[in-house]
Parts: sequence; C-alpha cells; structure tokens
Amino acid sequence: MIFDPMQIPWTILGLFIIFNVGLILTGTIRKIGARVGRRRGIRVYQPYIDLVKNYALRSNFSHGMMFYLAPVFRLSGGVGIFVFMPIIYGSAHFSNFSFAGDAILIMYFMFFGTLGMALGAGEGGVPFSAIGISRGLSQVTAAEIPFILAFLAVFIQNDSFTITEIVAAQQGSFLNWTLFTNPLATATAMLAFLGSMMRSPFDIVLAPQEIPIGPPTEFHSSFLGVLQTNRAIFPIAKTILFINLFFGGATNFPLLIFKAFLLYMWSVVVGTVFPRFRTEQSIRWFMKYPLILGVITILVLQFG
Amino acid sequence: MSLEDIKKRTVLDPDGKEIEIDPLKDYYCAATPDMKMEHHKSSAPIIEKFANWARSESLWILAFGTGCGAIEMRPLMTPKYDAYRFGIQWRATPRQSNVFIISGYMSVKTLKRAIRAYEQMPSPKYVLGLGSCTINGGMYWDSYNTINRLDHYMPVDVYVVGCMPRPESILSGFDTLKKLIKEGKGEGAAKYAENFEWYKKNQKQIIQDWDMPDYNW
Repeated sequence: MIFDPMQIPWTILGLFIIFNVGLILTGTIRKIGARVGRRRGIRVYQPYIDLVKNYALRSNFSHGMMFYLAPVFRLSGGVGIFVFMPIIYGSAHFSNFSFAGDAILIMYFMFFGTLGMALGAGEGGVPFSAIGISRGLSQVTAAEIPFILAFLAVFIQNDSFTITEIVAAQQGSFLNWTLFTNPLATATAMLAFLGSMMRSPFDIVLAPQEIPIGPPTEFHSSFLGVLQTNRAIFPIAKTILFINLFFGGATNFPLLIFKAFLLYMWSVVVGTVFPRFRTEQSIRWFMKYPLILGVITILVLQFG
Repeated sequence: MSLEDIKKRTVLDPDGKEIEIDPLKDYYCAATPDMKMEHHKSSAPIIEKFANWARSESLWILAFGTGCGAIEMRPLMTPKYDAYRFGIQWRATPRQSNVFIISGYMSVKTLKRAIRAYEQMPSPKYVLGLGSCTINGGMYWDSYNTINRLDHYMPVDVYVVGCMPRPESILSGFDTLKKLIKEGKGEGAAKYAENFEWYKKNQKQIIQDWDMPDYNW
C-alpha cells in the first residue's frame, strides 16, 4: 500500500456520506415500519434530532476508563471497516485505504467493537449489561463461524484476500456476481448476516422488554451519541462489505445506496416475519443451517 | 434489600480473605448535584437555542408507569394518537430518558423509586405530572399511603389535569412542554440542584426507610 495523504479528505467525505445514508436509512425503515402498522411514525430526519439532542445533554457520568472507551472502540470498529474497504469500484477517490489483503483486517474490525463494548458495559455495573454482553458475545461468536466459512469460500474461489480484486472478478455481467458463481457461499453469508444486524430474531442482546436494554443501559448523553453515530455507520459499512464480496460491488453512489437499501431490508423483512430467538435457540440455529451450508460450500469448492 | 444489607461490614471473599465492603460507597455515588453542570449554557445563544430546539423535538419518555394514569400513555403509541410523529419515544432506562411522566397517584413506596429514577436521568430533564393526584392528591387526598403535592418532591414542568386525562390532553401537555423548552424554561434539574436540601427534607419526611445515598447518579 502506498500511503497518499490526499486520500484522507476523500475518505472523510466518504465517511460523511455513509453516515448520512445510515441515518436516513434508519429513519426511512422506521417510517416504513410505522406505515405498515398504519401509523404516521417518526419524521424521517428524527435520527438527526436525537443525535444532536444526545450530544447536547449536560450530564456526563463516567464509571471508569473502560466505560469511557467503550463507545470509542465501538465507533472505531465501524469506521475501521469503512476506512480499509473500497466503496466505489474503479474510483481512485473512494477506494479509501484498501490494500492487498485488506479483507483480513476488515474481518478483525467486525469483532473489535463488540469486544470493546463488552469491557466497557461491564464496568457500568448494571447486571442487565452483563447479561446482555454474555448473550451478545455467544451469539456473535456462533454467527461468526458460518461468516468466516462463507468469506473463505470467496477467498479460495478468487484466490485473493484483496477486496478490490474480488470486486474486479465480478464485473462485466450480473451473472459474474458471487451470488451466481457461488450461490452456496452467498446463502451462508446472508444467513450469518442476520445474526449481526441486531434485529429480530437475533435481538435478544437488547431485548427491551426483558433486560432493559442490555449492554447500552448505562450509556447516556454523548456516550450514547457516539454509539448512535456508530449505529449509523457500522451496518452500512458491513452491508457495503457484503455488496463487495457477493453482489458485484458498485460503480457509483446511487447504485451503492440502492444495493445497501435492499440488503438492509433483507434483515428487516426477516425480522418482521420471525419472532425473537432465545440465546440457546439462536446458537443452535447458527450451528445447524448456516454452518452445514458453509461446510458444504467449502467441500464443493475443494472437491466439486 | 433491607437496611441491614447496606451497612458497612466485613465479608469473606471467594479466596478466603476478609474484605471490608461499604455498599453505599461501592455501589452508589454520594456526591451532591454539580451546580456548574446544571447551569451550563453554551456561550453562543444561537447554539443554546438550537440545542433547546433539539431537546424539545426529541423527547424520550421513561417507560415507568407510577399510577393508574399509565394506562392512558399506552394509546399514545397506537395509530390513533401516534406520539412518535412529534418526536416522542419511549426508553427503557432512566439513563437515556429526558421526560419522566408521573402518571397519577404516587404511593410512598413508588416515590422512593421515582426519586432514584429521576436523579439518574441526564439533565436537562423534565417532569410531567399527570392527573389531579399529582397536583393535590385528587381522590387520594386523605389516603395514608400516597403523597399529595408532587412538586414538593421533584420539580414539575407541566401538569396535565383530569382524572384521568385523555391521550389528547397528554399530547397537549407535551406541546406546552415543548414550548417551555424552546423558550429555555425547562430548567427543572437546575431548580432541583438549587433547592436540593429542601427537596431532600421533604422526601425524607415521607420515606421512612431511607436506604440510599442522598443523591444517586
């Protein structure tokens, strides 16, 4: 990787765009949810007001160093995925700081925020946070195995750990997408994708009616503001990673946003249809269908 | 939890060592309200105005029903009233809430929890008193187990009268609260900090088994 300082403003611009896309998408999806329930629902720009309000609150009680750092870790997990990933294929400006072998680093960043949050929320001292964390970590770990199997399948198929090369291999026609060249890996990844989106049936971590509201219980004002900022960036960054690996990447921003919206809606639709799993049910589910699919994917690649 | 549980004592830890624990100090913080923080305003009036606008348009209610009036808050989430369109949302934890709705009568037992929840909310925070019971005790005026005037125990920004007030009245109460906040008059937390001793004296007169520090954040 050749470090070019002029890339920094472009990456910040990209981050700003993604942040706004994330906030508007959150608002839109809540609006759609409300319309389905025959309500008018929140204003589409409500997430912006909530964010400004949280940063504008006066109280800031910290429970210790890790509590203070947890939202920072969480945010750097989201930003980390974004910064090292090419978002627009073929664009010199929006390739960010991608380099040969960037996929490995990005896979690390996907777990990074969860771990930081676990340490910080534990220091908050609320028993609900500790319960939420133990549930969250076990669920994420279970979802991570099929994730990695699907990613490995793509890496083996393309003989590369570099996202730009994987996207390049999918150009030309939509029939070149991993979705069509390796449907088993895509299916595995899309099932595992549900586990990391914090939506039903895998939202036992937050479970507002039961352990109000899990790990972020103690986080307030600007701590919560940073977590909300991450909640806008992280799902979109993760969605872009999936677009890059399985759905042919994107050559311009409208296409990227369209694909991100559809992919995001996948988790929303599943969440609307299926009720919440308990932790052991979700782990059992991940160890059943996605894992078996993932193993078959690898076997087919190896011997097929 | 009883009063015995929060006394300072020596216990054996899992390794067999004797350690001294003081629950009131270990689990709570006993510092008094920070007046400087409560009164903090941005030096530029336009920023403070913008912050007040954001605070008024994003009211997060603590989902804690204290009396029978809580039943009138539920319809606010339904298609008929739909408070979400006014930026009103529910939160499950006091740490992330800005509005505390005291929904109806306040029994002595609930008052203790209400005070703890109120003090844990980040400021600026607002209290909405619902129904006649919060104003003068209403039909529970001579009850042995409920308080009569809510504003003796925590600063109230807006009262919504009625027994019970209908959801429309609650929405109108929120409208008034929004106007107050936009005008910069939603400073209940600062008032609480200024008159802290008076509030504590009133609270302790009612709550006999006071088993928490004077200020719990």
